Amino acid sequence: MFEQLQDRLAATFATLQGRPRVTEADLEEALRDVRVALLEADVSFKVVKQLVATVRERAIGQQVVQSVSGAQQVVKIVHDALVEMLGSEASPLERATTAPTVIVMVGLQGSGKTTTSAKIANVLRKQGRKPVLVTVDVHRPAAMDQLEALGKQLGLPVRRADPKSVPLDGGDTVIVDTAGRLHIDEAMMAEVESIVAATHPTEVLLVVDAMAGQDAVDAASAFKARLPITGLVLAKVDSDARGGASLSIRAATGIPVKLMGTGEKLDAIEVFHPDRLAQRILGMGDVVTLVEKAQEVVDQKEAEEQAKKLLEARFTLDDFYTQLQQLKKMGPLGDLLKMIPGMGQLAKQLPQGPEAERELRKVEAIISSMTRGERADPSIVNGSRRKRIARGSGTTVSDVNQLLKQFEEMRKLMKQLGGMAKGGRLPYHLPLRR
Amino acid sequence: MSIEQGVGKTRSGLFSRLFGALRKPEEEPVTDEWLDRLEEALLRADLSVSLVDPVMLQVRDVVREGRAKTVPKVLDAVRDALVAVIPPAAEAPAGTPRVILVVGVNGSGKTTFAAKLAKRLRDGGEKPLLAAADTFRAAAIEQLESWAQRLQLPVVSGRPGGDPAAVVFDAIQAARSRGNSVVIADTAGRLHTKGYLMDELEKIVRVAGRAREGAPDEVLLVLDGTQGQNAILQAREFTKAAKVTGLVVTKLDGTAKGGAVFAIANDLGLPVRWLGVGEKAEDLVPMDARAYVTAMLPNG
Repeated sequence: MFEQLQDRLAATFATLQGRPRVTEADLEEALRDVRVALLEADVSFKVVKQLVATVRERAIGQQVVQSVSGAQQVVKIVHDALVEMLGSEASPLERATTAPTVIVMVGLQGSGKTTTSAKIANVLRKQGRKPVLVTVDVHRPAAMDQLEALGKQLGLPVRRADPKSVPLDGGDTVIVDTAGRLHIDEAMMAEVESIVAATHPTEVLLVVDAMAGQDAVDAASAFKARLPITGLVLAKVDSDARGGASLSIRAATGIPVKLMGTGEKLDAIEVFHPDRLAQRILGMGDVVTLVEKAQEVVDQKEAEEQAKKLLEARFTLDDFYTQLQQLKKMGPLGDLLKMIPGMGQLAKQLPQGPEAERELRKVEAIISSMTRGERADPSIVNGSRRKRIARGSGTTVSDVNQLLKQFEEMRKLMKQLGGMAKGGRLPYHLPLRR
Repeated sequence: MSIEQGVGKTRSGLFSRLFGALRKPEEEPVTDEWLDRLEEALLRADLSVSLVDPVMLQVRDVVREGRAKTVPKVLDAVRDALVAVIPPAAEAPAGTPRVILVVGVNGSGKTTFAAKLAKRLRDGGEKPLLAAADTFRAAAIEQLESWAQRLQLPVVSGRPGGDPAAVVFDAIQAARSRGNSVVIADTAGRLHTKGYLMDELEKIVRVAGRAREGAPDEVLLVLDGTQGQNAILQAREFTKAAKVTGLVVTKLDGTAKGGAVFAIANDLGLPVRWLGVGEKAEDLVPMDARAYVTAMLPNG
């Protein structure tokens, strides 16, 4: 839905191309679209109101820069306002000056505390630390069994403890998994308060479901009022939630988002980069994350070469096939496309969710039924070749037609993007961090 | 627990605070400022913009034309509009044993709901059998078993990492031979964005149909009431993988209102069957659209 923001603005401002000024009425229309898009993304009502006011203030009277359209300019203003609200820098987990570092995990029921606790322990261990997991969830049936089972999978020690006496020995970092609780449950809030008071944590992390709605800000504020919350962990980011609640919590309470959970596997946790999220929210792409992800499966030179090929439209179906193989290791295709600038649109044309994966298998079958010559130059694929490919891949001619058409459109789009890159508007050499 | 008690709990627990701001004396005329606050309250209840905008448009028309002049009259109109969105739940004919599949994303409250529903049906004179078919999440089986033990209900469990469809199959067979009237199967939390998990759900449904023709009779999608507009996307994907017959909204004992369910009911024509209003086994109430909406928008 957030991707729609850009499209909506583009449509709104399409009529304005070439005019020297964006009128107030035009702006109001655009702001209405911004409001709807933000609300649909679960950004809190108050934050939306504030953000719209900020954007209005900045946008009124601004000249449309010649090379940039009014639509893009407003998107930039919205983007900047979003980044300001999210904070612009990643905040890493703190470490205590004298061991042990204590991390207390808190949150509502079902937000993802136990899984996140195990994930954090896993990450810290990889960094050479010696984490111990402690569960004090005496409330939910089998919650302690759950953490124990996760600890076993990781080969990490798990201790069961009474909330009144939490052991802090056995490692250099103690991660305390507490029971899920409602922010209005006085007895439970008092319990967690006493846990925090007794363990002197370096980090008190509030785990928030990425799919959370309008109430998230009130809940987070209530937790913050009782506990020294040091950061948010956004869980279940691998859903298609827009994560507007996280933005709202940061904006309303100032608590920084530190980590995000990106899958069910125990290594699926990432440092949160607010600027990248704002870009992804706006469908502007997240090239940096994409490239980092790619690096896990492709080597750097190859990635650069592929990116270059992409932008120069020298990209063939063969490359596409190779990439599909690598993409499979990197996660759902729709997600990846959203990270590429300008690809939000294409991602939308693709089937979403489970269908996307089935569709991907079909695409694979079609390409692997083509000859090398056909893959290098799809224009030679005539009617009888299409029939053969459809038969060979167990698909229909219209499936083959569709793939070829989409591929051609993608190439065209890439060519435009490549042109923009040379004009200096997009990073031609992708920023590679490692 | 009666409907009144249940919703009463809901009402005092969650809706009163936010909507307290809307309370006005009977004779108070509707002002623009009040209309703005009404809109805010609706949006903050996680009702979708796609519902709130047309409702507000109508409300403003009604007020301008003088058809409703006071706050209670306008609230009545809004409540009527919202109640109309929720389709009535029709009892579908079920086979024996009746098979209820509980599905939803991770952490939405499926296991707790499955246990509560089993207790409620047992208290109503049925003979439920629980099926612990979440073989994926660590200790999910133990969680349902622990509930079953507490409530003294029978449970058929899978092995961790086992085939969830096989657990459902076994449970239906077991119910038949033991004379249980209803099987409530708790499945693993699955994000609607994961194709392989949606395929797995399709398989569970297919295999249930092999154990007893026409099963499952009900597929209940559990939605976390604290979640926002993403619930709509969840519902859309789940209905593609399994024929969802009704919705369950959980965690309504906090301050969240679960308003996203209105857009789901509207878009997909799905009835809301149950509301989860607490952590105890008895904290489950059948949906009553009028009572739910009244709790969201009380006269004060």
